[in-house]
Amino acid sequence: MTNPAPLTATKMAARTAVILFIFVVIFTGLLSGAYIWTLPTIQAAASEEKMKLIDEVLPRSNYDNDLLKDTVRIGATPALGLDEATSAYRARKDGKLTALVLEAVAPDGYAGKIRLLIALNSEGSLIGVRVTQHKETPGLGDYIEPKKGKDKERPWIAQFNELNPTALDEREWKVKKDGGRFDSVAGATVTPRAVVKAVRKAALYVAENRETLFASQSQ
Amino acid sequence: MNREEFSQIAANGVWKQNTSIVQILGLCPLLAVTTNLVNGAMLSLATIIVMAMSGIAIASLRNLIPHEIRIPVFILIVAALVTVVDLLFNANLHELYLVLGIFIPLIVTNCIVLARVEAFAAKNPPLQSLSDGVFMGVGMLWTLSLLGGLRELIGRGTLFSGIDMVIPGLHPLQLLPADYPGFLIAMLPPGAFILLGCLIAWKNWIEARAAARQQRRLPEPLATGS
Repeated sequence: MTNPAPLTATKMAARTAVILFIFVVIFTGLLSGAYIWTLPTIQAAASEEKMKLIDEVLPRSNYDNDLLKDTVRIGATPALGLDEATSAYRARKDGKLTALVLEAVAPDGYAGKIRLLIALNSEGSLIGVRVTQHKETPGLGDYIEPKKGKDKERPWIAQFNELNPTALDEREWKVKKDGGRFDSVAGATVTPRAVVKAVRKAALYVAENRETLFASQSQ
Repeated sequence: MNREEFSQIAANGVWKQNTSIVQILGLCPLLAVTTNLVNGAMLSLATIIVMAMSGIAIASLRNLIPHEIRIPVFILIVAALVTVVDLLFNANLHELYLVLGIFIPLIVTNCIVLARVEAFAAKNPPLQSLSDGVFMGVGMLWTLSLLGGLRELIGRGTLFSGIDMVIPGLHPLQLLPADYPGFLIAMLPPGAFILLGCLIAWKNWIEARAAARQQRRLPEPLATGS
């Protein structure tokens, strides 16, 4: 760059500030443009993703309604480990309520929170559980995700299927190492312990709040 | 750009100035991500894309950026590009995004990008900067893949686990017997440090051996009293 006349300090500072400002404007514009342009596609992909996740915990044969629209609001609930409001989805077949899909958080994972998606039928038995978000050690604690576990035929998380936590003794609802019924991998028991505990708490919460969760109007 | 210049940039990126075992840059994502080969390779691929783009962008704009504020401008450009790549991936290549997605934001924190931009792209034309970014990424690719593969093999006895998420239909290899108990430390960050140390030692050993051989080939220097 040619620099014809030496600039005074003030002029120099002003010039630099203006250049920096122009860069900020251009790149912020670029960012907003990209954000606005991609937003609809990303949202569509996200709701498809949600349905795919729900399909894993609740087979489509269980319901015939659009359950993403039939929701009930759950406020911040310590029993579910939730510190913000979420939506629970209600599955209906021929107008009759068949299942409830809700989110829960295990706050005491090895590396922070583990988010779960849980489907329960109208009797309170578990239909399916999936981990939706976690930061457990890759290759060690991440076997709670069916895709990452060693046994693809019988993933770890499938152990919950068809169990009813309210009908089982609390002592049984633990990992085998603690004298319970659930398997775990040696060297990574903190993770399954947290998940097992959170699933039980969520099922008990649903049993206690049946009326509000199952009967209230969709919001 | 002539051939000689190009091969020099390539050699620098892949071996002589290898980001992971010579410059030792970007250790944080390196330690966190290389628990298996696929993760290491995927992080490197995402980094290659970002380094190539930021190399071109900054080399083209280098004459417009005042020296005094170059660092904030570089950070702005790199962060904006990473975010745009992240959004475009999320919208258009959603399947791949689910695999690469967690790695893309990690790249902003990777000092390799800023280091190459400051050391190379700020002083060279766009085409050279593009190849520098790509070859620095290639150097990172083989190092992280090797490190990830070693950690995976020692830690779990498998190779390519998670490949089915990138290329459906392929399966991980079980190289050690299925009842291999695993070696926990290889999966944890300390194991990554130890193996990275071994890789650096291996590279230095090769260099030292090459240097010694070259010295031997030279004629004996004349003995001069000094």
